[in-house]
Amino acid sequence: MLSFVLQRLLQSVVVVFVLSIVLFVGVWLIGNPADILISSEASEADRLAAITALGLDKPLWQQYLIFLGNAVQGDWGTSFVYKEPVTSILLQRLPASLELGLVAFIIAIAVSVPAGLYAGLKPESPLGRGVMAFSLIGVSIPTFWQGMLLIVAFGIALPILPVGDRGQVATHFGITTSLWTLDGWSHVVMPAFSLALLKMSLLMRVTRAATMEISRLDFVKFAYAKGVRGRKVVVRHILRNALVPLITVTGIELANLLAYGVITETVFSWPGLGKLLINSIKVLDRPLIVAQLTYTALLFIFINFIVDILHMSIDPRVKSVLRRAA
Amino acid sequence: MTEPFFQVDGLNTWFFTRQGVIKSVRDISFDLRRGEVLGIVGESGSGKSVTGMSIMGQIDEPGRIVSGSISLDGQELTALTFEEMRRYRGRKIAMVFQNPLMTLNPLMRVRDQMYEAISEHEDVSHREMHDRCIEVLKAVGIPSPEERLNAYPHEMSGGMRQRVVIATALLLGPDMIIADEPTTALDVTIQAQIIYHIRRQIDERGLGMIWITHDLSTLSELADRIMVMYAGATMEIGTTEDIIGSSRHPYTRKLLDSVPSRNTPGEKLRQIPGNMPSLLSLEKGCPFASRCERATEICSEPVPATQLSATHRIWCYHPFEG
Ligand SMILES: Nc1ncnc2c1ncn2[C@@H]1O[C@H](COP(=O)(O)OP(=O)(O)OP(=O)(O)O)[C@@H](O)[C@H]1O
Ligand code: SF4
Ligand SMILES: [Mg+2]
Repeated sequence: MLSFVLQRLLQSVVVVFVLSIVLFVGVWLIGNPADILISSEASEADRLAAITALGLDKPLWQQYLIFLGNAVQGDWGTSFVYKEPVTSILLQRLPASLELGLVAFIIAIAVSVPAGLYAGLKPESPLGRGVMAFSLIGVSIPTFWQGMLLIVAFGIALPILPVGDRGQVATHFGITTSLWTLDGWSHVVMPAFSLALLKMSLLMRVTRAATMEISRLDFVKFAYAKGVRGRKVVVRHILRNALVPLITVTGIELANLLAYGVITETVFSWPGLGKLLINSIKVLDRPLIVAQLTYTALLFIFINFIVDILHMSIDPRVKSVLRRAA
Repeated sequence: MTEPFFQVDGLNTWFFTRQGVIKSVRDISFDLRRGEVLGIVGESGSGKSVTGMSIMGQIDEPGRIVSGSISLDGQELTALTFEEMRRYRGRKIAMVFQNPLMTLNPLMRVRDQMYEAISEHEDVSHREMHDRCIEVLKAVGIPSPEERLNAYPHEMSGGMRQRVVIATALLLGPDMIIADEPTTALDVTIQAQIIYHIRRQIDERGLGMIWITHDLSTLSELADRIMVMYAGATMEIGTTEDIIGSSRHPYTRKLLDSVPSRNTPGEKLRQIPGNMPSLLSLEKGCPFASRCERATEICSEPVPATQLSATHRIWCYHPFEG
């Protein structure tokens, strides 16, 4: 177990390192920030001064090394646009995105796993078909469209929920979030539901498919043949085995939720990272882009790591494969 | 010979699918005595597993037992409630399945899978569950049973797993065991060992056993009586000598001709030319008619049973001469 953790940690460092190079070069290829940031009326002298100030006069590899040296010390540079340290900009926006993503995730799981399980156990029942129909609609409606529909329905026609922004925040146990206040919740439920809808539908299908596939296997028939009560067969044998594929998909979806709420954040004017990323790409705010994408990569790596740990803890086959590999 | 303790009479199990009614089991009747092995043989899709699952009360939607009686020691099983039937499963009738790789839950230790077979029926201490598990594991010839109890299924060979499954079936001392091709996927020596242990348990415990298989050659060693099924119906039933030695039914003869050579057991039956008729559109006559060389016009009429001897019965208009 410990060697597994160390191994993964090392792998992650390598991945992030390689990724940072790719990002750096990638952003450089997109365009020269100097062209956008510096007004075209500026004199040549001003222009050169600005370029030097931003560090854009050095060759790319030097720029990268400087960036890397600072990044290792926790300094991710200063935004070209906001003239503020990138880390503090991210930290301002991050809680809002995490809130939205986590609430959406909880909604998605809480609905999709029981519904998918039921539909998998009774695929021919009216409710089972209903679940399938719902998930079909859920995956086919574009996110921005259903988001606006929700706003029209619950924000305007039936004005029970506020639209836009994050609501009141409060700080308890050193955590500042809008989830401590009722006002915050009233702000987050609608965008969270909107963000969750697609994932919910996807996870429903995954759960249903896994449940159906596992129900057919001999060990499930054998469990019934031993006289095991129906509910126990479902929980111990069917659901537990269904978790194996489900955890993988859920992990990816969670990472997606936390990283790519762009559309939902835009539709609901949510002050999270999503909009920030779009804006930074528009103006080629290189430090901000690199920092955000690196954050995203770290997020994926971390969630993957958790997924592996979960797999190891429920599936003894994975454990023995990893033990052999280590 | 003792009286039968288990009887199936006129069993019909159908599946009501959107495509139509699949009549998987049609008018099956047989009985079973203590210490006896009844082999059920037939091609794929002939209704063997559905027969077994009907007895267990484990037919799922959209299927159900349409008519017929299944009785164990005078108790009518088709009349039991769901919960009453659950209490019969594993305790009175046990069933084991085909695929040795998937017949145990890969995520659970053997111990937990065996314990649950006991604890769902009886309230006994861990100590006692443990001792009972060790006893049955020994009975089916598993070396170092203590270690096996702790193991996960993937840490054991297919043959070992199948023994564990059979041991689990023996745990509560059932009256009968239904084995649905339990050794088909295993190699010959393992198969022979398992059959040896099973035969011993049947004799020692006075168990009744239904052994479902494709493979007539295993039945010749193990079974006391054999029932031949085709397209959901019985073609012939009799003692092993009646069927293997002196079958007079055209379908059984074909099956016997296609038995694979002795050194490749586990292999499926070599195909008999033609296909089984669709179970959706069965005619009233003999289902084998389309593939039968002896078929005549009369074969499209419902086939009555012919009692050839006290033990031997066939359904055919033109049986071979004895
Ligand atoms: N759940 C179900 N829904 C619809 N039809 C079914 C179902 N289960 C079984 N059947 C049908 O019943 C028929 C008999 O199936 P069964 O599994 O009993 O065959 P079998 O003799 O055990 O074959 P095999 O040797 O391949 O195991 C098949 O044609 C199958 O299509
Ligand atoms: S009844 Fe007719 S078709 Fe059927 S097996 Fe006998 S001879 Fe062949
Ligand atoms: Mg079968």
